[in-house]
Amino acid sequence: MQQAEHTSTAARPLTSVSLHQLAHARAGDKGERLNVALFAYDADHYATLLEQITEERVLALFSHRGASRVRRYPLPNLAGMNFVIDDVLQGGVNGALNLDGHGKTLSFLLLSLEVTL
Amino acid sequence: MSFLLGSGAGFSGDRTDAAVAVVAELIKRQQPAALVFETLGERTLAAAHRAMREDPESGFEPLLDELLAPVLRDCLDHGIKILGNFGAANPGGACQVIAALAAQLGRADVRIAQVHGDDIRQQLHSLDLQRWEAERLEMPSDDALISANVYLGAKALAEALAMQADVVVTGRVADPALFLAPLMHHFDWRWDDWDRLACGMMAGHLAECGAQVSGGYFADPGFKDVPGLATVGYPIIEVEQDGSLIITKPANTGGCVTEQTVKEQLLYEVHDPANYLTPDVVVDLTHAEVRQLAPNRVAVTGIRGKPAPERLKTTVCYEGGWQGEAEISYAGPNALARAQLAAQVLRERLVFRAPAELRTRLDIIGLASVFDSDSGELQRSAAPSTSGDYRLRLAAEHSERRWVARATQELLALYCAGPAGGGGVRRQFQRRVFTASYLVKRSDIHAHAALFEPSAQDTHRSERYAAS
Repeated sequence: MQQAEHTSTAARPLTSVSLHQLAHARAGDKGERLNVALFAYDADHYATLLEQITEERVLALFSHRGASRVRRYPLPNLAGMNFVIDDVLQGGVNGALNLDGHGKTLSFLLLSLEVTL
Repeated sequence: MSFLLGSGAGFSGDRTDAAVAVVAELIKRQQPAALVFETLGERTLAAAHRAMREDPESGFEPLLDELLAPVLRDCLDHGIKILGNFGAANPGGACQVIAALAAQLGRADVRIAQVHGDDIRQQLHSLDLQRWEAERLEMPSDDALISANVYLGAKALAEALAMQADVVVTGRVADPALFLAPLMHHFDWRWDDWDRLACGMMAGHLAECGAQVSGGYFADPGFKDVPGLATVGYPIIEVEQDGSLIITKPANTGGCVTEQTVKEQLLYEVHDPANYLTPDVVVDLTHAEVRQLAPNRVAVTGIRGKPAPERLKTTVCYEGGWQGEAEISYAGPNALARAQLAAQVLRERLVFRAPAELRTRLDIIGLASVFDSDSGELQRSAAPSTSGDYRLRLAAEHSERRWVARATQELLALYCAGPAGGGGVRRQFQRRVFTASYLVKRSDIHAHAALFEPSAQDTHRSERYAAS
């Protein structure tokens, strides 16, 4: 059975979609640390997100902002995961020159990643 | 019967008419209830301390009167307790304003309690401090220090309610503690009943940002649609004796309470979900589940608690020099090229018009701004010159006012000496306050509550306030 499923998946052409179509997110800040909680709209996509939205990819996405470390905490009950991104706020709410010192808009930077289905 | 927690505001600057619908619903339900105003962020507290330096009678929430005036009388008449961190840097000043307002509304008999003990500026350098894990900054020198406030837990607030206070005024406390306190008082939970404490703390966590759990800060048209954001209903949390929670909102209001809105807020500003630190309990969310029971009714279950941490977070505010901003717009044909040229001209000018240690950043709003780094990497990799509507923004900081003023003046000068068709310059600069966080020993902190008793001088001031 598993074999058959695998074959049918492999036969289907892969498509790339924006993470924004599959998931929603909210960002919060504390000091120089940002968290972005990401939730699949459909729990069936949760495994795909776990496989593809990795700590490495998120670190690369935020590297231009000086991110030094990303930790991902999976929350299967909520079909979600929490990303904690260090040193990404370039001064934080009281020290940044960025218009958005909180980094509140960065949830949508995460949602701009592409996912392969 | 459940206890009802209503949110009246989720930050300083929130809608000042939000509490009206919440209080109407609380009265209609005829259940024991509390209304909470959370109006104190890290930024807000720093601003309050600065304001109090200029005017010793300020330093509390500037919109306090506007927030309370529409609901204070109704809450007092129906036994709905009010709790708020609207005391900010000057809880005593907030107590005076509330006493005056109550007197004006014919309820001079109001019992107001003030929570003391969060302001540790005087002891700061004699305390055993640990750097908070995400903190990079060094402890500032004494002359740069503006304030030091510890995040208190719910105990002193519950103590205030035990004194039969109608209104509890605090400065810095952990935001959700404002909600946990009335639960502790009402249900008489033990302070080591970790699972229940965790449920109460998370009720507060879910409600502390006001509409963020009931459809605010959520809408993404076509993906996450929210009805009636203009009249979004602020949350009401129903809490049972066993700690179970249902999130809802007042009837006939906009917004929505769904599994999605609740999940987003559940993890808001949380780092490790297995160890969410609060002053009264460490919360474990890894077993949490959310379930829609009916339209605008969502249950949260599976919240667990662990013993409270040994140390409490303290935020220190100190002088951070000056920061300024200035902007200019370019629109229409070839607008991006003109904005980019303006940015280049500014860069060249600032090299010889300002000292090297001036820290600056240039954004081109419309091309790349909030996602970009201070060095503008995204701007450089963006699409080639095109027409549109762009706004060049300069931000600058320096320890001396004059260099920040100079930098923003250089942007202003683009009017006559920069590219064609620039317009709409705005510039402003102000002192900046830095914040840094540390951990202090719980045993070094002595929080308590006291009923507010206006002195003769305060009464005079209150009368003057009421008359104005």
